[in-house]
Amino acid sequence: MGTVFKYGENVDTDVIIPARHLNTSEPKELAKHCMEDIDAGFVSKVKEGDIIVAGKNFGCGSSREHAPIAIKAAGISCVIAPTFARIFYRNAFNTGLPILECEEAARKIEAGNEVEVNFKTGEIKNITKNEAYQAEPFPEFITKIIENDGLVNYVKNNL
Amino acid sequence: MGMTMTQKILAAHAGLKKVKAGQFIEADLDIVLANDITGPVAIKEFKKMGAEKIFDVNKVVLVPDHFTPNKDIKAAEQCKMLREFAMDQEIENYFEVGQMGIEHALLPEKGIVVAGDAIIGADSHTCTYGALGAFATGIGSTDMAAGMARGKAWFKIPSAIKFELIGKPTKWVSGKDVILHIIGMIGVDGALYKSMEFMGAGLKNLSMDDRLTMANMAIEAGAKNGIFMVDEITENYMKEHKNKNKAFKKKIKVYKPDKDAEYEETYVVDLSKIRPTVAFPHLPENTKTIDEIGDIKIDQVVIGSCTNGRMEDMEVTAKILKGKKVAKNLRLIIFPGTQDIYLECVKKGYTEIFIKAGAVFSTPTCGPCLGGHMGILAAGERAVATTNRNFVGRMGHVDSEIYLASPAVAAASAIAGKIFNPERL
Repeated sequence: MGTVFKYGENVDTDVIIPARHLNTSEPKELAKHCMEDIDAGFVSKVKEGDIIVAGKNFGCGSSREHAPIAIKAAGISCVIAPTFARIFYRNAFNTGLPILECEEAARKIEAGNEVEVNFKTGEIKNITKNEAYQAEPFPEFITKIIENDGLVNYVKNNL
Repeated sequence: MGMTMTQKILAAHAGLKKVKAGQFIEADLDIVLANDITGPVAIKEFKKMGAEKIFDVNKVVLVPDHFTPNKDIKAAEQCKMLREFAMDQEIENYFEVGQMGIEHALLPEKGIVVAGDAIIGADSHTCTYGALGAFATGIGSTDMAAGMARGKAWFKIPSAIKFELIGKPTKWVSGKDVILHIIGMIGVDGALYKSMEFMGAGLKNLSMDDRLTMANMAIEAGAKNGIFMVDEITENYMKEHKNKNKAFKKKIKVYKPDKDAEYEETYVVDLSKIRPTVAFPHLPENTKTIDEIGDIKIDQVVIGSCTNGRMEDMEVTAKILKGKKVAKNLRLIIFPGTQDIYLECVKKGYTEIFIKAGAVFSTPTCGPCLGGHMGILAAGERAVATTNRNFVGRMGHVDSEIYLASPAVAAASAIAGKIFNPERL
């Protein structure tokens, strides 16, 4: 279970982790600056297991894997949005940051709600509002990558 | 149902006769690319995968272009890691500072990418090479690492949107105005997960530089890739540039869409009706034509980048700046895409025009475009840039603003000190 941070549409990779911090790829270092250009208070408030819920096209912009790495290292357990930008979508799975596409959840969940996610079934429970939403299940191919705990191990097992 | 250009290239690289939208495939790769930001992460992942050698010394391309010449110690460490990996792996196409260029200007120029290729790059603007009739898409560092190790990547076959181009652009309208117009029309997620396929009778009125600019910004509409139908202009360009990299004999394969290819939508774009177009902060979809813009004073103008740092961009800039001065208290920063373009600017006398006008003429670097170095904005400052993104804080302070435009609009604005229509000069 985690507390929700809510953001709008088209959250881009430049606000998730500004390029001025890309001279490092250390997850802990990146996490210190996560979301700083859109929500300066994020880093001081976020707790392990918290959830980001946002509008459409989350993660648009650059291919920097530093974006999902920063979000994951900040303690976020899942990002929920109606749609994700495609490079971010790949990068999230490849680096082990769970993401779910669910329009209803993105619309109804509010900032500060307590939310629980079942990654196997795609069920999203809003404890605060006593509601449940169903996310799109992962495509089979993605499930394979998840089962291998990310692309690194998938490749290791298939080299 | 027939296949689109993108679907045909992906099918061929997966060893399949036929593919359809939504299908997952694993494709063989012709080029795997990274830079000094994404490369170091990919190298770490490559090692974690237990890989020792890259799949092909000719097909992995590394370009230190983002924070180069090294902007600080951390950047220097990242470039060092990239260089040592290139040496260790005997990578043929590693381009050191001094010979490098901005990756997406450099690869087509060197003949490293050609029609029919399947290309991944750990940089979102890898989609630029679609201008040559290749399938090219941006991916992250982990995909890059897997690509270096196995020469393969997984893809979901995309559906597509067709752009039927007709007519001829007017004098000051370039590929940049066309693509800004299209993004304004369909939005920053208008082509999400899809291909943007460009064809039609109007193609002959767009130069290779125009097309490279347009394909470059397909990602700003959320697209997986942008791709142009190959014609005489493309073939001439490839012939000329293929010879520049003789060590690397490439086969050109031209794929045309089937007559019954499935397109989810078709847009007819009349190039003759497009006006010089500017994208307002903070999204590339916030477009206005030059006629709808009032007085917007600016502090900086940036001309260059992987979007607009090619020879025609330098030419139009020189044409407008010749004998003129940049406005008082305004900074004009011009950065060409590659060393060859830089040299050509020197030979043609453009460098002198730029410097006499009061501009900075920089070595090729991605620096200012992503707020790295070489032209960062302070709080409250406004820039007109020929780059590709105007997100919050992209070029510096979170309270700065970026207006995206063509080199012609940018150069005219540098003289006027405000966003300005080149037709009125």
